[in-house]
Amino acid sequence: MDSIAGKKSRLTWAVNIAVVLLVILWLIPTIGLFVSSFRDRDQISQSGWWVAPLPVELTFRARVDPRDQREENGRFVIEGNVFDEPANAERFPEGQGEVVNFGIRGAAPAEFPVGAVAELRTGGTLSVARDGAFLVEAPDAFERRGPTIYFEARTPPQFTLRNYWTVLTADGMDRAFVNTLTVTIPATIIPILIAAFAAYALAWMRFPGRALLIAGIVGLLVVPLQLALVPLLRLHTSIGIGQSFMGIWLAHTGFGMPLAIYLLRNYMVGLPRDIIESARVDGATDFQVFTKIVLPLSFPALASFAIFQFLWTWNDLLVAKVFLPSGPDFQVMTVKIADDLIGSRGGDWGILAGAAFVSIGVPLVVFFTLQRYLVRGLLAGSVK
Amino acid sequence: MTPMLQGLLTIIVGVSACVGYFYAANLFLDKVLFPGHGPHAGRNINRANRIRPWIFLFPALFVLGLYLVYPVVGSFYRSLFDRSGAEFIGLGNYVALFNASDFRISVFNNLLWIVVVPASATFIGLIAAQLTDRLTWGNIAKSMIFMPMAISFVGASLIWKFVYANNPDIGLINALRFVFGAERSVDVIQIPFWNNFFLMMILIWIKTGFAMVILSAALRGIPEETIEAAIIDGANPWQVFFRIKVPQIMGTIVVVWTTITILVLKVFDIVYTMTGGNFGTEILPSYMMSYMFRDDGRATAVAFVIMILVLPVMIWNIVQARREVQ
Repeated sequence: MDSIAGKKSRLTWAVNIAVVLLVILWLIPTIGLFVSSFRDRDQISQSGWWVAPLPVELTFRARVDPRDQREENGRFVIEGNVFDEPANAERFPEGQGEVVNFGIRGAAPAEFPVGAVAELRTGGTLSVARDGAFLVEAPDAFERRGPTIYFEARTPPQFTLRNYWTVLTADGMDRAFVNTLTVTIPATIIPILIAAFAAYALAWMRFPGRALLIAGIVGLLVVPLQLALVPLLRLHTSIGIGQSFMGIWLAHTGFGMPLAIYLLRNYMVGLPRDIIESARVDGATDFQVFTKIVLPLSFPALASFAIFQFLWTWNDLLVAKVFLPSGPDFQVMTVKIADDLIGSRGGDWGILAGAAFVSIGVPLVVFFTLQRYLVRGLLAGSVK
Repeated sequence: MTPMLQGLLTIIVGVSACVGYFYAANLFLDKVLFPGHGPHAGRNINRANRIRPWIFLFPALFVLGLYLVYPVVGSFYRSLFDRSGAEFIGLGNYVALFNASDFRISVFNNLLWIVVVPASATFIGLIAAQLTDRLTWGNIAKSMIFMPMAISFVGASLIWKFVYANNPDIGLINALRFVFGAERSVDVIQIPFWNNFFLMMILIWIKTGFAMVILSAALRGIPEETIEAAIIDGANPWQVFFRIKVPQIMGTIVVVWTTITILVLKVFDIVYTMTGGNFGTEILPSYMMSYMFRDDGRATAVAFVIMILVLPVMIWNIVQARREVQ
């Protein structure tokens, strides 16, 4: 038996490691974007998010002020510190800056290591120490301009909320967030009630054509939305709704209906027959049976459909692109990101990451708090 | 009126209209049309009960008919007309499509997606389900793998745009290439043909959790005895999994597979966000959107081609459902 036990524990180890790897693989992309959404924009382009907690080497420059020059043994000398320049002092508050390399040309800002002596093009030499102190020596006096020192300094890791702030104020994601909410909530609530009545009829009432209707709804589950776009937009335009919130609420109600009926019916069929039969014997009408017994008992199924519909409408791009007008007053977040931000802010990763997390934050919260219902709904919808 | 307020009002009006309709219709049926008292009480109750299901069903059937059945017919009808909708051109739009090289590319790419995405997502999901089921922290692992399900396709595309970025300081792929000695970064999204697989990866990433959750429930439903018997007969873990467990959940695997297949035929978001259909990555749903608002005839024709591709799955689903109901 020992050998079997040993084998088993080895296998358990292998399983543990495999799952850890799988989970890491699955999480890494999201974590990368999440970390980046808090990073300073210059740092994002200089080092990968996986080294975000480490200092980043960024390039700065300092101008040498010729008014500081003095004559020493026939040579002109300027001393100073590159971190004293106001713009740099702001970046490195308590003198914590550390120069790594320096240069004398913008094209090669890290040509020389600290402590080396660089030959200036105008004659003379420049050296920069680790703490930023520099020394310029030249045979001739500096006239109007001193040389410019480029240097690469180690900056401490910076995490800010500025990306989120910019996205929400300057880029209009706040408005898009409100628009998404405006689309989502009615589009989630309205189909539930309509579907619940129909599901009850299909589950607990006997009438000719019931099996056919159920089959039809199963068929409609997979009808591609693409088919609906052109005819319905024309219909909406002809009855005066046009592209508007009203239009998209109706569209989402229609598109969510088959799943709603299907999920709710599957759940209601499983309710105990005795309760419903005895209520009927006691003289309850179908309307009463539905509102007093079936609806309260079906809460878990109603919740799972509500979560599905919420996630689907919140995350939808296609329906929003077609049934809402373009322009900031109607753009939902997915449209805003896909049509606006990726174009105009294409290289600005911090902004894109912030926008992405503004849009996926709410669904993630819903997902993690209500996962139980989501899983139950999925199972009711597909496993039989 | 702000849209938010309008939304709130719509909820109130919509919900009360629904409740009001059902209540009033029932009342009308029972009290006015076929009163359950008087000389014909018995007959009236029977008649009322024959009509009542249709009262319950009417709003749902109306919405379904208008938003899902009518469009199938309406789209097909519209696809027989030219761009402006004025001139009947028969199958002209379809002929034009099949002669267009970019349409053929999107069909080819879409077939590639249909083969790769459901297969990979189902397979990885099955492995993940089997592995996590044995662990004490299996449920945490499951929610991590399931999480992308909550993320929009646009959000997921952004997440992966970051991974694929053409810069070793941003994109993980290029960073890894540099670790292994590459000197220049590549834009994987622009590599002909293979870029399709990088886009598919996004959907696989999203859908694996879905497959895992459903298959894990199915695995748990397998009767213990079959597994015990196999172990007593000396089956090793691989044999137990592939010979005993997988065949028993084949039905569920097929359901997962077809569900993802249907999804593949509908998702345009990923291609739209990542490449806009450039670099030879167009698929049918994104190809359709490139005609939307420009040429309704062509757009509806593409949509109808998608419908035809979905049709076999639809019929299969209906057959299954009918078998269950009976």
